[in-house]
Amino acid sequence: MATGLAAPKQLAVADFKGKVDPDWCPGCGDFGVLAAVEKALVELQIPNHQVVTISGIGCSSNFPGFINTYGMHTLHGRALAVATGVKLANHELTVIVTGGDGDGFGIGGNHFVHSMRRNVDVLYIVMDNQIYGLTTGQTSPTSRVGMKTKSMPFGNIESPVNPISLALACGATFIARGFSGEQKHLTELIKRGIQHKGFSFLDVFSPCVTYNHDNTYQWFRPRVKKLEDDPAHDPTNWVLAMEKSLLWGEEIPIGRFFERTDLPALHEAEPVLNEGALVHNGAKIPAEVSRAFIGELM
Amino acid sequence: MRQTFAIGIGGAAGQGVATPGDIFAKIFSRRGLHLNAYNAYQSIIRGGHTFLTIRTGQEKVTNMGDGLDLLIPLNQDAMNRHLGLLTAGAACIYNADTIKPGTAAEGVQLCPLPVSKLADISRNKVAQNTLALGSGLSMMGIGFQALESVLIEQFKKKGEAVVSENVGIARAGYDYATGSFKPFARPLAMTENRYAVLSGNTAMAMGGAAAGVKFYCAYPMSPSTGVLHWMAAHARKAGIMVRQVEDEIGVVNMAIGASHAGVRSMCATSGGGFALMSEGLGLSAMMETPVVVIDCQRAGPSTGVPTKTEQGDLWQMLGAAFGDYPRVIAAPLDIADCFKIVPEIFNIADRFQCPGIVLCDLLLSEGRLSVDPKDLDFNPPIDRGELITTADATSGSDGNGDYKRYKITQSGISPRAIPGVPGFTHTAASDEHDEDGVLISDEFTNPTKRRAMMEKRMRKVIGIAAAVPPPELRGPRDAEVTLIGWGSTQGVIEEACEILTEQGIPANQLQIRWLVPLHGDAILDILRSSRHTIIVENNYSGQFARYLRSETSYVPNGYIRKYDGEPFMPHHIVEAVKEQLTGNTKLSVPAHEVMV
Repeated sequence: MATGLAAPKQLAVADFKGKVDPDWCPGCGDFGVLAAVEKALVELQIPNHQVVTISGIGCSSNFPGFINTYGMHTLHGRALAVATGVKLANHELTVIVTGGDGDGFGIGGNHFVHSMRRNVDVLYIVMDNQIYGLTTGQTSPTSRVGMKTKSMPFGNIESPVNPISLALACGATFIARGFSGEQKHLTELIKRGIQHKGFSFLDVFSPCVTYNHDNTYQWFRPRVKKLEDDPAHDPTNWVLAMEKSLLWGEEIPIGRFFERTDLPALHEAEPVLNEGALVHNGAKIPAEVSRAFIGELM
Repeated sequence: MRQTFAIGIGGAAGQGVATPGDIFAKIFSRRGLHLNAYNAYQSIIRGGHTFLTIRTGQEKVTNMGDGLDLLIPLNQDAMNRHLGLLTAGAACIYNADTIKPGTAAEGVQLCPLPVSKLADISRNKVAQNTLALGSGLSMMGIGFQALESVLIEQFKKKGEAVVSENVGIARAGYDYATGSFKPFARPLAMTENRYAVLSGNTAMAMGGAAAGVKFYCAYPMSPSTGVLHWMAAHARKAGIMVRQVEDEIGVVNMAIGASHAGVRSMCATSGGGFALMSEGLGLSAMMETPVVVIDCQRAGPSTGVPTKTEQGDLWQMLGAAFGDYPRVIAAPLDIADCFKIVPEIFNIADRFQCPGIVLCDLLLSEGRLSVDPKDLDFNPPIDRGELITTADATSGSDGNGDYKRYKITQSGISPRAIPGVPGFTHTAASDEHDEDGVLISDEFTNPTKRRAMMEKRMRKVIGIAAAVPPPELRGPRDAEVTLIGWGSTQGVIEEACEILTEQGIPANQLQIRWLVPLHGDAILDILRSSRHTIIVENNYSGQFARYLRSETSYVPNGYIRKYDGEPFMPHHIVEAVKEQLTGNTKLSVPAHEVMV
């Protein structure tokens, strides 16, 4: 046995601190999400260099700059597309996608839908504050009807999207909702989402303290009810999950709505990856194969 | 004049124009003949009119040519449209049961086939096609054996009965022609050479495989879809991950993601899809993650004419995405070059960590050409540039987190570490950033850093220019006229120059392959000593002429443009040059006589 080897270093939260501190407004819900992601990575002991954090654009999308992993700060709405490319090129990496509700359900809605049906193995955390923050307060796809913003000063007249129902309909294989004010619960959901093989969707209530005066910590706290505390809830039951996803008002469920583990993730379904991750496959095409390609044309 | 033989096959989509075309192509290439095939078609699955031109000869056949030696109309419409194109010495083979010939020019041989007498048409719906194939080959002086072996290959999967039925019908057509029709004046030559026949799309896909592409994704869009089809069909043998994506925005971003993780990534589209990709090109430039995008131009704007060719996307490529950034744009000169250009542009994109664009068009993408198999080199030079893939890389970091992804260097190139390598964690950002990847665009905005990063990226332009050769003049320096073209018009301009020279107007050619970097000084050196310069291009506004003027202030003597959806034929250029040399006009827009 290799007794001379030093024990691998135990990773601590400090190891995941980014080069700069977050520039979010004091009290922003996103701080809680960042802390929970760091704790989850520490608890799972995933080395920094094995993680890629990928975001779009928006307040919450500045996330990759605030955590010490490989990071990509991409285009507004495009993080899931970029992340799919990263995961397929190197499926050994843990890929975490972070962003906001405008980024994911508005401009990025098409990629959101298709990434879920593809079952690409990433954890997608949406810091859902029901408002556009970085552009200084406009209506978002999850803003409630009637909410007054700079872009709809007389009140929103459009129905919001229901991210959990949408994810269920699109075939995501892990669907959960967290609350930035429930750290331990959120950390557990992130850990499960990372460990789940397939598309993990985690919608997180992450209140905007500057522009959303409706959906505040005070508003959420008495309303959120953990599904884990409900003995009748069965996360393998899709119909039940869909029913729970429709609950909104005095009682709003958080926790794991749905999970199925019987479907292969996208990278597991493609035989090209049987030989290992693409990035390690630098070999040129064998001469007999290229000769056959040309032979087809003769 | 080059000795060539051209066949036109016309009919409705679904009538089986492609199969006799493929069979002719196979027979010619196996006979050691070169060939060029161009299919004029419509965006329709059944019906309409499609017209396939196959031109063959002993020397390279670079374009569809000016005339037809054999016309095979599969319906009355095709007969009505094209019989008038035939001149003395040509022949027209047709189904006498269903098609009336109309009046042909003097010296054109009409060859009616009594189809229902020669074959059982109740059993075989495409009997007329097979009979015409057999008849045509008999008149070209090609032994039946050549056709028989191709038919056996073609139908062997369907069983012995189908093979013998088709061979029997072909034989009947062959024998009938031998007894009833006059053979062509010159039997088709034969050589010891053997060629591969492929489309530009297949060539670009194979070029990608040769370049080491490991990730290809696309959204179907004519005329680029052939690249996806080759990639999808060969992915597992070539070890390439191929994905069909929800839209072109997803396509380019997925390709950038895969490239960022360390593999060569490519995607192809046409003008409309490219428009959706343009923000992604900026991302590639800003994150300094290379990606290669193929644009197969079709007639625009908007949905335009999806099945017709044009060189109308140049300014979209030049202006794609906002802001200034280094990019590379190359236009393949012919179908063999579609293969060769892909590894070349990957090496430059990888070395300079920037987007590379292959500016192809429908003419090359969907046309077919005979190519010497030696020109399909699956071992091209591969240069991945300054890529850090292991922790013991000497450049960049000691593994203690001081790696600077966007380190300011003299060349503008900063060593690129891929995710997964210990000690090199960093953030690649679409926002402007510092050397270590920290965003400077929000609260850290800093004009000094912004300027330094902008200049770092743009310094790569100098290296890119040095990595790409300047264009060269083809033909005699002191020619009376210099024809300037770019990309796919290489072959037709070359033939026009030959015809002009034979007719007493010595002509030479400057064909542009690298559009960015352009090498304006080298181009000016050539054009300043030219006597009469004409820019030939397949678009309305003279996009290349305007680009050349913007880069060099050069204004040529004249312009030849075509924007009817069809490619140039040599005589279009020849006649336009003559017209311009009389001094009557500076702009010629040739009319396309073939009604497709």
